Amino acid sequence: MEKEEVIVVKDLYKFFSDKPVLRGISLTLHRGENLGIMGKSGIGKSVLAKCIVRLIEPDGGEIKVLGTDILQCNDNELNEIRKKVGYLFQGGALYDSMSVRENLLFPIRRTQFVDKKREAEELIETSLRSVGLLEAIDKMPSELSGGMKKRIALARTLILRPEIILYDEPTTGLDAVTSGEISELIIKIREEYNTSSIIITHDTKCAKMAADNIKIMNDGVFIAEGTYDELSHSKEKEIRDYFI
Amino acid sequence: MKTISTKSLKVQNLKIKKFHIDEDIRNLYNGIFIDLGEMVLFTGKVIKQFFQPPFEHKELIKQGFLIGNKSLSLVSVTGFIMGLVLMMQIYPILSNFGAQTLLPGVVAIAVVRELGPVITGLICAGKISSGIGAEIAAMRVTEQIDAMEVSGTKPLGFVVATRVLAATIVVPILVIFADALSLLGAFLAINAFEHMSGMLFINSAFGVLGFIDLIPATIKTVFFGFFIGLIGCYKGYNANKGTESVGYAANSAVVSSSLTVFVIDLIFVLITSIL
Repeated sequence: MEKEEVIVVKDLYKFFSDKPVLRGISLTLHRGENLGIMGKSGIGKSVLAKCIVRLIEPDGGEIKVLGTDILQCNDNELNEIRKKVGYLFQGGALYDSMSVRENLLFPIRRTQFVDKKREAEELIETSLRSVGLLEAIDKMPSELSGGMKKRIALARTLILRPEIILYDEPTTGLDAVTSGEISELIIKIREEYNTSSIIITHDTKCAKMAADNIKIMNDGVFIAEGTYDELSHSKEKEIRDYFI
Repeated sequence: MKTISTKSLKVQNLKIKKFHIDEDIRNLYNGIFIDLGEMVLFTGKVIKQFFQPPFEHKELIKQGFLIGNKSLSLVSVTGFIMGLVLMMQIYPILSNFGAQTLLPGVVAIAVVRELGPVITGLICAGKISSGIGAEIAAMRVTEQIDAMEVSGTKPLGFVVATRVLAATIVVPILVIFADALSLLGAFLAINAFEHMSGMLFINSAFGVLGFIDLIPATIKTVFFGFFIGLIGCYKGYNANKGTESVGYAANSAVVSSSLTVFVIDLIFVLITSIL
């Protein structure tokens, strides 16, 4: 039986000042799948992810998330969909005027995910435990290292129990050991929370560890797709070069 | 071979230059109108957020305290010096005519009607609007606003509406505070020249002030506060991604909100003079 499609992108176009960034991109993410998207910096990988949650409005194409055409829905419908899609930003995007606890409490309170304070506290502790940073609960973002910020941001992403997570360069700017820990965390999260993910990265180790399938993007289109082994042993040198 | 005279080349260059200037002016006008249109839409969205739950009481109080606390010392010093200097400037003129008893009233009218609100408004435009603009622009640059949007929360309600409302409440309070300190400064200044009791000063100052002076002056400070907060939020919220946009947002927030303070003041003066 074919797996359920949780994200379907068809012929997506995006221009910035007449310069095409996405040129008819199409992809499908199935439930439980971790899909890696690789490519050089500045070729539109993050733009694609932001189009999927409509942080950027595409200029053409179709995006279905959990069966809903997100380009046609109103603000309230979009917010409901967004609650089911977690997004891990490149820099973590922690609210720097709030402590770690408040960072995690913010989406719970604003979306009324749980009503009782005790339930919210339990959720926060569970999410922080998942990323192994319960001890940082009362710290401010400025007191955290880059890796810790990413993990706290991931805990905040998990707090609303999303069905889909979009990881935007989860290991960028981190040392090899911390990158490995984040990649392991991505796998652990899929097992624990049964999530489907798109992992945007140019870290080959992260792609190898965390992605079931990988798509390679260049010049606004996908130029290859397959598993890590298939692509890294591709006959074409251009494709193999992405895995050096 | 075809030769082109230097004169015709100069004329051509002038025409090209003129064309570019025309285009620049057209772009500038278009930019201003687009900016104004977007600002109106933004204002509508923010006002809508005032009436939409969840109401962020805690954030409103926090922002009100921060905004007030940040500007209080500067507003106090400026208000005090304003009254002191005004009295020192006017005293020699009126004392020549033996009209010293009119001095508290003259200063009170000048301060309460015009100088207090406008100077405090300008200080708040510099201090509050730039602070809000830079803070929200930094949140935009570091994707904190995007993170709020993507988690299904509305940053307009939490980040923008609270700051605009806080500025709307706090600026009138700061103006009243500055007015009071200004009158204190004027009282001390007149006592440097000759003795005047506190009671006489107060009676003389408030004896000439009526509701027609107080009410429009207070109402316009509410508008000052609203637009100072709104412009700071608008500039920050629409900042481009990049560190230089933080500085640009702060700078343009100060310029726009200072100008707006003058425009609102002019409108209120026109309205009160008609009434």
